[in-house]
Parts: sequence; structure tokens; C-alpha cells
Amino acid sequence: MAKIIGGITTSHVPAIGRAIAKNLQTDPYWKPFFDGFPPVRDWLAKTQPDVAVVFYNDHGLNFFLDKMPTFSIGAAAEYQNADEGWGIPTLPPYEGDAELSWHLIEALVNEEFDLTTCQEMLVDHAFTLPLELLWPNQHCPVRTIPVCINTVQFPLPSAARCYKLGQAIGRAIEAWDSDANVVVIGSGGLSHQLDGQRAGFINKDFDQMFMDKLASDPLWATRYSILDLVELTGTQGVELLMWLAARGAMLGNVTTVHSNYHIPISNTAAGLMLMENA
Amino acid sequence: MNTARQKREISGTVPFDGAQARKGYALNKMCFSFNAVENREAFVGDEDAYCAKYSLNAEQREAIRNRNVLQLIAAGGNAYYLAKFAGIFGLDMQDIGAQQTGMTKDEFKAMLVAHGK
Repeated sequence: MAKIIGGITTSHVPAIGRAIAKNLQTDPYWKPFFDGFPPVRDWLAKTQPDVAVVFYNDHGLNFFLDKMPTFSIGAAAEYQNADEGWGIPTLPPYEGDAELSWHLIEALVNEEFDLTTCQEMLVDHAFTLPLELLWPNQHCPVRTIPVCINTVQFPLPSAARCYKLGQAIGRAIEAWDSDANVVVIGSGGLSHQLDGQRAGFINKDFDQMFMDKLASDPLWATRYSILDLVELTGTQGVELLMWLAARGAMLGNVTTVHSNYHIPISNTAAGLMLMENA
Repeated sequence: MNTARQKREISGTVPFDGAQARKGYALNKMCFSFNAVENREAFVGDEDAYCAKYSLNAEQREAIRNRNVLQLIAAGGNAYYLAKFAGIFGLDMQDIGAQQTGMTKDEFKAMLVAHGK
């Protein structure tokens, strides 16, 4: 059976893509952010996962308001990146794993998670940046499964629901008849707000509590409603739902192996965690 | 039955709910089109014609003309789509934040740094 070897959660901001394109990793503004990643890369080099299941939120590249699925999953042999409006160079396609996708779809619908399945799915910076950060200067060496959670249009799925989605995906991965090693990735957050008079809002205390609890007590964050989370973390801080889904997929007892937290990257409090099943 | 559910107020924040999504559909659809460079160029080439093609209402057209983010949000704009509009003018998130909070860009950036202290 397939094995979940760990989980990685990170923030995503389009500006990170620009910084990578301009080689600014050691620039004083960017260094505290990029310096968080080498221990995670070392862990990946050691553990050699075959597949990454990536929980992320689309920012209006693949989905528009004409059809807005709450939960969607890629079911393709590969996934294309495309211009999100800023003309940042697009990245080569990411290899999928359609067999695992369909195994997950079967298992999840059977567990009453009625996902939207996508045989074509453009992946934006929320999907690509974690992979660029984890495997720099090379094309992503693992097969990928994009799992997209709506954070564009309210009502959003609750924190508790996203955690349960992650748990269902974790169970399905562990029931997959394969010898693959799987890493789960959660891409989003932490606290930030781009829109409104409260733009620039950041909540360091909440973020640090959230990171502190994620491994040992993930249900702590699921007590909050979506609007609670908007108030506590900002309109885009609510993307921490991706972290909860990834943590849910890890099942069982989890320990934090490495973490980093830095304010600000663009308007965002940037967090990074590497967790392993105990 | 009480159909007038009370909305939760979060200061300085407009959650993009169904009411906003209905109000802002045309505006957001135009901004979504800016994913494609040829559409960004068409907008820059003839802004009036491009806005007319997407049937923006008067409030939305005025907010676009003013490049005013708070007006765009009031007209139903969603942050994720508006970011593509801002990109046409090379504005980054600190420009947008400064405009919405009435700060200079340097003041806004200093506030962000201060959050980390």
C-alpha cells in the first residue's frame, strides 16, 4: 500500500515567483524567507517521495465565477501553468498521476465528498510555487495531484470540513495499492489581507498559535467559523484551510520537524512547516 | 420566517459573498479576461470599448476609470480578479494596500514590517 511520508505547508505569494525569476534569494528582503527551505529540501532528498498531493486555492486562473467548485481535483496526465495576468514566465507542465487521481475520486465520492473532477486544469502560483521552492533549479521530480479548495467566493467550506477532506484523502492514499511514497503539501496563508480598509492586516500571535497547534492539536483551529478566521487572519489568511487539509491527510500522530515564520513577504506573513508521522 | 439575516460586520472588510458575486459579475469577468496578454493590450488600446464589451455598469466603469480599489470592491470586485487589473499598471500589493488605507507606499511597507516586531 502507498505510504504518506510527511506533510509540508507553506505560504504562496506571486512576488515569490518574481523573486525566483530575478534570483533574489539572498537579497536581504527575501533571505529570511528562502532560508527556511534548505532543511526541507534535505528531507526530500533523503525521503524521495514519488507523488505530491497539493492542496491549494485557485486565484482566478482555472476557475471563474461562472462555475466555482468548492472542492476540485485534477485527474489528468499533466497540468499546465499559464499567465495569471502579470506576464511572469510560465513554467513547464507538471506530471500528474491519473491512476491515483481516480483512486482518490472513487474513495472520496464514496465517503460523500462530491468533488469536481478536472481532466484539464490550469495550475497557478499557489500550486507551482511550493514545488519551485522545494525543488529549485530543476523541474519538479515528483508526480502531482492538485486538490483545489475555493477561497474566492463565500460561503467557503468550513475549517472542520477541510480537515475532514484531508483525512479522507489520507485514508484513500493509504488504501492505494501501490508502493509509492506520498508527500502532502498545503499551500496558502498565513495571515494577510489584500482588500479593503483593513488591507495589510497581519496577526502574528494567531499565526504562531496556529503553527504551534497544527501538529499536536489540529482540531484547535477547526473550532473557528470561516468569518472568525477572516477576522483573525484576514480575507486571504483564510487560505490556512490548505494547511488544515494537508494536516488532516497525515492522519495519526504528527511531529513538527522544521518550521520557519517571517513577516512580511509582500503583504503576507509567510509560514513554513515540515511534519512527519510520528 | 426572518429572511433578513443579520450580516456579521468585520471592520474594513467585505467578504466576497453571493451578494457581491452577483453585483460584481461583469466587472470580475472583465478582470478575469486580463489573464491573457492580448486582452490586457486591448484594454489599454481602447478602454471604453473594452469596458462596453463586458457591459460594466456606471459605478463599475467609474471605479475602473479612477483605478480606485475601494470603489472597485464596492462595485462588487473581488481581490483575486482585481489583482489582474492592477497588474496592467504594474501596481504591486503594497501600492494597492497604500491606496486603500490612505498611506504612502513607504508608510504601508513600514506597517507590514512593524507587524513582525
